[in-house]
Amino acid sequence: MFARTADRAQDGAGAGSPQPQGPMVDIHGVDVTFQTKDRTVHALSGIDMTIEPGEFLSIAGPSGCGKSTLLRVIAGLTATSAGGVTLRGAPVEGPRRDVGFVFQRAALLDWRNARDNILFQAEMRGLPKAWSRKRADELIEMTGLTGFEKAMPFELSGGMQQRVSLCRALLHEPDVLLMDEPFGALDALTRENMNVELRRIWEATGMTVVLVTHSVAEAVYLASRAVVMGPRPGRVIEEFVIDLPGHREYETTLENPEFQRISGRIRELLGSTATTTAD
Amino acid sequence: MTQQTQQAPVPPPAQVSEGARGRGRPFSRVWGAAAYPATFLALVVVVWFAVTTTGLVQPYIIPSPVDTWKAFSDNPEYLWTHTLVTTGETVAGFVIASVVGVLVAVFMVYSPALEKTFYPLILFAQVIPKIAIAPLFVVWLGFGASPKILVAVLMAFFPVVISGISGLRSVDPELLELTSTMGASPFKTFLKVRLPAALPELLSGLKVAATLAVTGAVVGEFVGANSGLGYVILQANGNIDTAMLFAALIIMSALGVLLFAIIQVAEMLLIPWHASRRNRG
Repeated sequence: MFARTADRAQDGAGAGSPQPQGPMVDIHGVDVTFQTKDRTVHALSGIDMTIEPGEFLSIAGPSGCGKSTLLRVIAGLTATSAGGVTLRGAPVEGPRRDVGFVFQRAALLDWRNARDNILFQAEMRGLPKAWSRKRADELIEMTGLTGFEKAMPFELSGGMQQRVSLCRALLHEPDVLLMDEPFGALDALTRENMNVELRRIWEATGMTVVLVTHSVAEAVYLASRAVVMGPRPGRVIEEFVIDLPGHREYETTLENPEFQRISGRIRELLGSTATTTAD
Repeated sequence: MTQQTQQAPVPPPAQVSEGARGRGRPFSRVWGAAAYPATFLALVVVVWFAVTTTGLVQPYIIPSPVDTWKAFSDNPEYLWTHTLVTTGETVAGFVIASVVGVLVAVFMVYSPALEKTFYPLILFAQVIPKIAIAPLFVVWLGFGASPKILVAVLMAFFPVVISGISGLRSVDPELLELTSTMGASPFKTFLKVRLPAALPELLSGLKVAATLAVTGAVVGEFVGANSGLGYVILQANGNIDTAMLFAALIIMSALGVLLFAIIQVAEMLLIPWHASRRNRG
C-alpha cells in the first residue's frame, strides 16, 4: 500500500508543490444561476464552505439541490455567477488539473482494457511512463482489480467499471478526489462493498475526498463531515461532524448509536425539504 | 464480490475469453457470413438456368447462365481492361470522398458557424440527381477519368459527412469534461477520445459510401466515356448483347461487394470492442 507522503513523484505528477497552509478547498459566497428556455434556475445560493486537507466530506441532498453543481464548481467545470472557489490557495478559473473526478457512470473508453483506461489519465497529462505504470499497478492492487487488467469495459460488471474509473481518478495523485454519485448506478450489495473499499482506501491514503450522494447511509458511513443541502435555491441546511471511530467496520458502524442519530436527523431534513419543495 | 476478489484474486479467463470469442478469427467469420447468401445465389442461378433453357424467356431478354459465362470467357481481356478503369475511378472517388468527408465532418463538429453555413449546401448538393449534373462535368472536365471520379465523390461524400458528424458527436460528454480536467490539448482529445468513439458510425457511413462510389463511377461513364463498365453496358445495349450486359452488371456488383467487404474487415480489426461487432455469433 502506498501512503500520500512527501516522496510522491515530483516529476510532474499531481500538483507537486508543497502543501500550503490553510484549507484545501475554500468556497466563499458561491452563487450559480442557469438560464433555461423559460426561466432562471438558481442552482446554488450563498454557499460558504471550507474543506480541510485529508478530510472526507460528503454532500447529501434531494435531487435538484445543486450538490452536483457544487462539485462541478470545485472542479472548475461550471462557472460561478458570484463568489468563488480556491483550491490549495489558487482561485478556480477553469477546469482544474489537480483534481480527480469520478462520475456516476464510469465513463470509460470502450476500446481500451482496464489498465489502459487507468493509464489514459497519464497519457493525457504526459506523465512519465514508468512512474505511471507502477502507480497504475499499485492502484489496481489496492482496488481489487488484480486479474482484470486486460478485461475490456464491456467484460466488466458495473462495480468493476467504477473501480477502474476510481483508479483513473487517483492515478495522478490529485489533491482532491471529487465523486459525483459514484455508486448510484450499482446494486445495493455492490454499493455496500464499494463503500467499504472506499473507506479503506481513504483510511490508508488520507486523501481529501468530496462525495456527492443521495444515500444517507453512504454519506454518514464514509465521511468525517457531512453537509445536507436543500433545493431551490441550492443551499446548505445543516452540517454534521461525524464522530465515529477512524476505522469503521460496516455492520458495527451501522449499529452505532451516533451513526443512527445522525442518519435519522439527515433523513428528517431530507424528508422535510422533499415535501415542501416538491414540484 | 469485493471480498471474493480480495481473498482470491481469481483471474477471469473464462469471462474474458467469452467476450473475446466474438473478436477472434475475422476471416473465417467472413466465410461463415458468405455461406448463407452463396446458398441463396446458387438457388437463383438454378432458377435462372431453368427459366432460360426451357425457352420460357427469350435469350435477348434474359441470357442463359451459359451465355453469360461465355461473355466472360470469350472476352476476358476486354472485360478486365474496362473493370480496371471503373475500379480506378471508384476507388479514387471513394478515397477522396472519405478524406474530404471526414475533414468536413471534423470542421463542422468543432465550428457551429461552419456547420450552419455549409450543411444546407451539402444537403443541396446531395439531393441533385447526379445523373442530371454528370453531363455538366463532361463539359467542364472532358471525357477522361476526372468527371467520373467527381460523380463518384459527390455520391459517396454525403454518407461520410453525415456519419462522421453523428459519430464525432456520440462521445460521452462526461468523458470530454474529464479530459478537460486532464489539461490535454484539444488535438490530443480528438485523437484519443473523439476519433475512436466516432469510428463505429463512421465505418457504417464508409460502407454505404463504397457502394455508392461504384454507382457514381458508372453513372459518370454513361454520360460520356470510351472505357469502363458503364461504356461496356452502353455498347452491349446497342448491340442487344444481353449476355455481355449481364456480365458487366455482375462485375459491377462484385466490385461494390468487394469494397464493402474490405471495410467490413477493417471494422473487425478497428472496433472489435463495439457492440455491433460483439453481439454477432
